[in-house]
Amino acid sequence: MFINTLLCPWAVARRHCRPTLSNPFPPFAFMKLVQQMWTFFASVQLAIFSLCCIALTSIIGTVVPQGETHAEYVARFGEKTATFFHILDIPRMYSSWWFYGLLTVLAINLVVCSIDRFPTAWRLIRADSLDISPARLAAMANVRRFVIKAPLAAAIDWQQFLRPLGRAQQASNAHGSLFLVDRGRYSRLGVYLVHLSILVIFIGAGIGQLFGFKGSVMLPEQKETDQVFAAADSAPIPLGFTVRCQSFTIAYYDSGMVKEYRSHLTIVEEGREVLSKDIVVNSPLQYKGITFYQSSYKPHPEFIVDITPAGSAPKLFTLPFQEERVWEERGLRFGVINAEGSGQRAVRAKLWFKAGDGEAVTRWLADNESVTVSADGKDYAIRVKQLYSTGLQVARDPGVWIVYGGCLLLVFGLYVAFFLAHRRFWLSLGREDNGCVAIILAGATNKNKLAFARTFEQLAEDLQRRTESEG
Amino acid sequence: MDSAQLLGITTFTYLFSSLLYVFLLVFKTQRLARVATGFTAVALAVQTIGLILRWVESYQMGIGRAPLTNMYESLVFFAWSIIVLYLYVERKFATRAIGPFAVPLAFLAMAYASFAGSIDKSISPLVPALQSNWLVAHVVTCFIGYAAFAIAAALGLMYLFKTRDQAKTAARTTLLPPLPTLDDLIHKTMIFGFIWLSVGIITGAIWANSAWGTYWSWDPKETWSLITWFFYAITLHARYTRGWNGNRLAVLALCGFASVLFTYLGVNLLLSGLHSYGAS
Repeated sequence: MFINTLLCPWAVARRHCRPTLSNPFPPFAFMKLVQQMWTFFASVQLAIFSLCCIALTSIIGTVVPQGETHAEYVARFGEKTATFFHILDIPRMYSSWWFYGLLTVLAINLVVCSIDRFPTAWRLIRADSLDISPARLAAMANVRRFVIKAPLAAAIDWQQFLRPLGRAQQASNAHGSLFLVDRGRYSRLGVYLVHLSILVIFIGAGIGQLFGFKGSVMLPEQKETDQVFAAADSAPIPLGFTVRCQSFTIAYYDSGMVKEYRSHLTIVEEGREVLSKDIVVNSPLQYKGITFYQSSYKPHPEFIVDITPAGSAPKLFTLPFQEERVWEERGLRFGVINAEGSGQRAVRAKLWFKAGDGEAVTRWLADNESVTVSADGKDYAIRVKQLYSTGLQVARDPGVWIVYGGCLLLVFGLYVAFFLAHRRFWLSLGREDNGCVAIILAGATNKNKLAFARTFEQLAEDLQRRTESEG
Repeated sequence: MDSAQLLGITTFTYLFSSLLYVFLLVFKTQRLARVATGFTAVALAVQTIGLILRWVESYQMGIGRAPLTNMYESLVFFAWSIIVLYLYVERKFATRAIGPFAVPLAFLAMAYASFAGSIDKSISPLVPALQSNWLVAHVVTCFIGYAAFAIAAALGLMYLFKTRDQAKTAARTTLLPPLPTLDDLIHKTMIFGFIWLSVGIITGAIWANSAWGTYWSWDPKETWSLITWFFYAITLHARYTRGWNGNRLAVLALCGFASVLFTYLGVNLLLSGLHSYGAS
């Protein structure tokens, strides 16, 4: 991250003597304290320390189950340990004051160290690399020196020679001329993008915490609600509209494994149905910034009986197991008298159905199967389904797109920080007194030095061959 | 031939190519190097066909999903990623000598997948939570990261092996790349893994948000992936600012991989959480 300071010892030196440079007044104790605080929060040691602390304390929450009741901790760990956990907020450690404290330290550290180092990086970005003496070039890690005859040097198109590396800038002075290929200077910003992205993610998460909510609701089929319950304390949260569960179904694979949980939801606002959607686990419903996720379900010992008399409109009845129900206008009496299933799931149900004074009909029906029953000379399409509640996770998170933006910036920043380098090649031509030209080829990079050294070697060999062949 | 047979064969071919590479290292027979590489490439081809066949078979069974959905498949894909990445490094950096350290990891992954009693090898359909387009993106990115960290650890081991060996007069490690090259390679593979792990965590977060409504819920798997991410972040910072390279970096590469293995296997075996479908 702080490649720049590593590469440029002079930059570090300059930073260290800043107190005397930027503070012409006598060092007051307060100023000194501020200075010390600043240095502390700008240090890499603190970054490494806070990252270590976050990483190590995070382990606790993966070993100690989170969000259980005090009694459960007592049962599992004993009274003393449970009390100790309670004092330290271990049961909800990821939202405890001290964990937030650690994250805050990390955030402050990121801000301060970035502000502290950015000016140096910016100077390096803005620096005029053409303004450099041959002596400085000769002192670089990657350097080659050749002396060739002046006419030969004049015959070579140096722009062309450097072209494979990039377009060269050119400057002339009293000694001769200097060519510079300067690529990827803005890659020095990569590390700051990464730091910024982490702050953006923090901000997005904070906005979600402050202005959003996480809740859930168990909604029986055919019922509706205009509020859900907060995940943290089960407090009711008004939605501002009504959500209705039309139906909930579970589909199974042949093996008996669950294939799909599906809830048919309808949003009702001011008495009007404004939106209807089937939600499944990976496909939620969103309305006015609130998202409904399929999360769980609960079977009830009740049944939905859907009766459609031939040629007229259907009607739905919800009735408990083994209880008789009457549809007065049609003179129908019916009930579910028996059921077969596994666990709480009814696989088939036995319907008892009587129309008028006719003979009662009993029939086994598979769950949610539709059949036609003839009773008292009339046909009725009947469907019997076990009643379920759908468990909905309900969330509003206005910060989520900021978090995603931060993530995108993070990946982009990492790419820039690690894969792009600020590479510079200088080619200096200096006239000597004896009718020769001294060529200094020098190169510098801030990253991936081994690969750069190979590229430089290649270039130097090319140059050698070139000068020999033409000479 | 079905996918199970092909993947079974792969286990043994990776064992054989591990042995070839070790032989190469011990007897310093450069001539065998091409054979070892060729054999590994063939083994990779067999495994690739095996994976594709498993994909096709899932469609024939009417399930139709990528072979990346349970412990068995993830181990197979882990081995596959290690070999792909290894062969790439071998080619790019012209060094066959890291084979004896990297290829056995792929063999171990395959062997664990094939022989551990708790691992179900059947092609089963997807539970509702896994039915998402994010599945492939999440698993592939994570495992590219894991594989890169595996290679970094192999290189780290090699680095330690070489520094220890160099002290002796009759060095057995002359075939190994010079230490600075190794150090650079460890660093590069680590960076590569770090970026892919980052993308893996992000795709996981986006998926979690579309399935459960929270992009981060501090579930043990998530938390451990973050711990691993922190570990490599610290390592990369320590290298830049403290100049932690050489032996230290090698040791960190090994520790980091231990964290990766815990994130990958330990969490599923020892802790409970939302990633439980990856456990069998």
